[in-house]
Amino acid sequence: MSRKLLLEHINVPGIDTFDVYRQNGGYRAVEKALKTLTPDEVVEEVKKSGLRGRGGAGFPTGMKWSFLAKPEGKPRYLVCNADESEPGTFKDRYLMTYIPHLLIEGMIVASFALGAKTSYIYVRGEMMPQIRILEKAIAEAKNAGFLGKNILGTGYDLELYVQPGGGAYICGEETALIESLEGKRGNPRIKPPFPAISGLYNCPTVVNNVESIAAVVPIINDGGEEYAKIGIGRSTGTKLISASGNINKPGVYEIELGVPVEEFLYSDEYCGGIANGKRLKAVVPGGSSVPILPANLFLKTVTGEARLMSYESLSEGGFVTGSMMGSGGFIAFDEDQCIVRNTWNFSRFYHHESCGQCSPCREGTGWMEKVLHRLEYGHGKLSDIDLLVDVSKKIEGNTICPLGDAAAWPVAAAIRHFRDEFEWHVTHPQEAMERNYGLAHYADPLPPVGEPA
Amino acid sequence: MSDKIKVSIDGITVEVEPGTTILNAARQIGGEIVPPAMCYYSKLEGSGGKCRTCLVKVSKGSEKDPRPMPKLVASCRTGVMDGMEVQNITSPEVLEARRGVVEMLLINHPLDCPICDQAGECHLQDLSYEHGLADTRYEFERRTFEKIDIGDKIQLHMTRCILCYRCVFVADQLTDSREHGILGRGDASEISTYIEKAVDNDFSGNMIDVCPVGALTDKTFRFKNRVWFTKPVEAHRDCPTCSGKVTLWYKGEEVLRVTGRKDQYGEVQEFICNTCRFETKNTSDWIIEGPRHVSQQSVISANHYEMKPLPVIKKNLELQEANKEQFERATKF
Ligand SMILES: Cc1cc2nc3c(=O)[nH]c(=O)nc-3n(C[C@H](O)[C@H](O)[C@H](O)COP(=O)(O)O)c2cc1C
Ligand code: SF4
Ligand code: SF4
Ligand code: FES
Repeated sequence: MSRKLLLEHINVPGIDTFDVYRQNGGYRAVEKALKTLTPDEVVEEVKKSGLRGRGGAGFPTGMKWSFLAKPEGKPRYLVCNADESEPGTFKDRYLMTYIPHLLIEGMIVASFALGAKTSYIYVRGEMMPQIRILEKAIAEAKNAGFLGKNILGTGYDLELYVQPGGGAYICGEETALIESLEGKRGNPRIKPPFPAISGLYNCPTVVNNVESIAAVVPIINDGGEEYAKIGIGRSTGTKLISASGNINKPGVYEIELGVPVEEFLYSDEYCGGIANGKRLKAVVPGGSSVPILPANLFLKTVTGEARLMSYESLSEGGFVTGSMMGSGGFIAFDEDQCIVRNTWNFSRFYHHESCGQCSPCREGTGWMEKVLHRLEYGHGKLSDIDLLVDVSKKIEGNTICPLGDAAAWPVAAAIRHFRDEFEWHVTHPQEAMERNYGLAHYADPLPPVGEPA
Repeated sequence: MSDKIKVSIDGITVEVEPGTTILNAARQIGGEIVPPAMCYYSKLEGSGGKCRTCLVKVSKGSEKDPRPMPKLVASCRTGVMDGMEVQNITSPEVLEARRGVVEMLLINHPLDCPICDQAGECHLQDLSYEHGLADTRYEFERRTFEKIDIGDKIQLHMTRCILCYRCVFVADQLTDSREHGILGRGDASEISTYIEKAVDNDFSGNMIDVCPVGALTDKTFRFKNRVWFTKPVEAHRDCPTCSGKVTLWYKGEEVLRVTGRKDQYGEVQEFICNTCRFETKNTSDWIIEGPRHVSQQSVISANHYEMKPLPVIKKNLELQEANKEQFERATKF
């Protein structure tokens, strides 16, 4: 069994209530931070821990905190990004549902470190039950003197609010989230300025993922150095993985970073192998936005080393033969799944969720979806495949926010690794409607495919 | 005054005030190296960054930090740094990306130029001549919308809109309440007013001038004539609400249309009021200043043989090559 830091007490009955959570060592981190540490010391611990943002980009959290501008006379804000809407990712919802006080505790410590007197948790609008749970938890914590004025008699004041989201995936992008929180349309802002300089109400703001904030609790309890001992290289600590797809045991798992992917996928401690005795065809390791990998490239890197569940190892090989950690939305596909259909489904999502501000993403996502739809339903042409690659390249890197990239990557990667499957949909339109391509093909090792021109 | 900073664009160096954007620095140089801008409008606060036609490559960040920027940047929203080196038409990457953006802007555009009032002074038309492909690769139905009247003088033909947000910023600057904005998202977004409410303001007509395409048009001018058959004349009047400085568009003796005075980048110098624009269409209302200098980017210049010399820097072979190509393209038609 590997170490659990976030989900250690998840099975304790009543852990969602303040009293049980407190009895199990909860809110120790608040006491320690507020009573024995200065804000800068908290930031220092987080820096030492090597914690990297769990929302997708993997930017070191301590570094992000130290970039926060601190002008005189201006309030600073901490905003927790709980807008989790990436297809394949459901870890934040799990954490908020079952152990909400962990997030509240993390918010108090992080707000203290940043000098924020008002903090927000921006929860995806569809998660009404979680919003209620968090509001109840906040009320309990306030009642116990952990929120409000003069917390634990230390003179530190903090108000914590829950804000229901605007009901769009794009509201998870940090600047769109800030706009939405201000009561505006959730359009991403043009950066610079970055939120660390001018964010919510034009004040310095830090936006962090739920899991990143929760991870601050064990970091303060055990010390940053202790946290950094877990994991491998620059991927320190534990990470929640939302495992879904054709596996025996879908669910949320806390792993120590650096677990071999083979172990994660096949051991009974985690996914428990592919369901129904099938073989693995492909994996999307980090949520719908990251490149898909065929089984052979997923289990081993192109140099033949075993791939690990870590930021570095998953992205080994760049976009040609690697993928990304992303937000940890692990989706496994067995030999019966159609990659074309899946790619179409993802691009349908991005088409639907583009905010429509910038032309390449607004128009390109719709275009890709339509072409993929045509391919999937047997009306495609061979030239469509290159067209898709070209359109994805015209979107990638040319947009305001990373949603454009997130829409382009899955399409480009699916074609890079499964081009023959796309071609088969064109050459066998009738069959493509009736059965899936190639069955056992991808369970066997393939030579790596170079990037198409 | 703080010191000026140096920036070079396609090999041409210019000194500008700190805080200037790359686009405005390029406009200070002028000529071919100015990136096209479909959404940025210097008089509208917050505009820009959306259409992505003005993308450029920053090959050197600044004197202090010479690293190039990892991605192409929107020149209209990126400030210059001392010692920055920018590539626009000398970078194949930029030209490729721009071609892509233009294609994206066109896939859902109706291309109904023959019946569009904007034809001839449409920035999208100009842009597609320069960067577009001859053929469309888009084989799906284009999105369409019903026409909407915004008050009795302005018509919104949403099908043609490129969602540059300029009109939204005009409305934002004019009124405190948000009456005119974007509904929906992605390629289903549309410009709309609050339940088709007229934007009730003396300056609302300026939305027509800022619109780079034929989505917002002057109902008092609709279908009267093609702009290139009309003759622009500068005029002014003593107006109690605005500066009263306008361009009158004549056909024979008749004033067909009144607009603000646009500069070479299609931006009006001053916003004009609705009385000047819609109500005063007699020559006797105006004091005529003289014929308008016609920007040669426009087809309005079809009968005005005015050539701007191409900027050639002797030492820069790449730029010379680019200019030659540009010249060949320009003379092909
Ligand atoms: C389109 C889009 C959607 C995003 N959605 C989320 C989200 O739902 N939750 C989240 O934590 N981060 C999301 N992000 C990432 C955030 O912009 C931001 O990087 C993150 O909240 C930073 O937190 P971290 O440093 O703790 O990872 C999204 C980014 C993009 C571009
Ligand atoms: S990339 Fe897409 S989602 Fe992001 S700002 Fe542009 S249009 Fe909106
Ligand atoms: S109506 Fe015109 S000005 Fe308004 S967003 Fe559309 S193209 Fe731009
Ligand atoms: S003019 Fe710069 S992005 Fe539109």
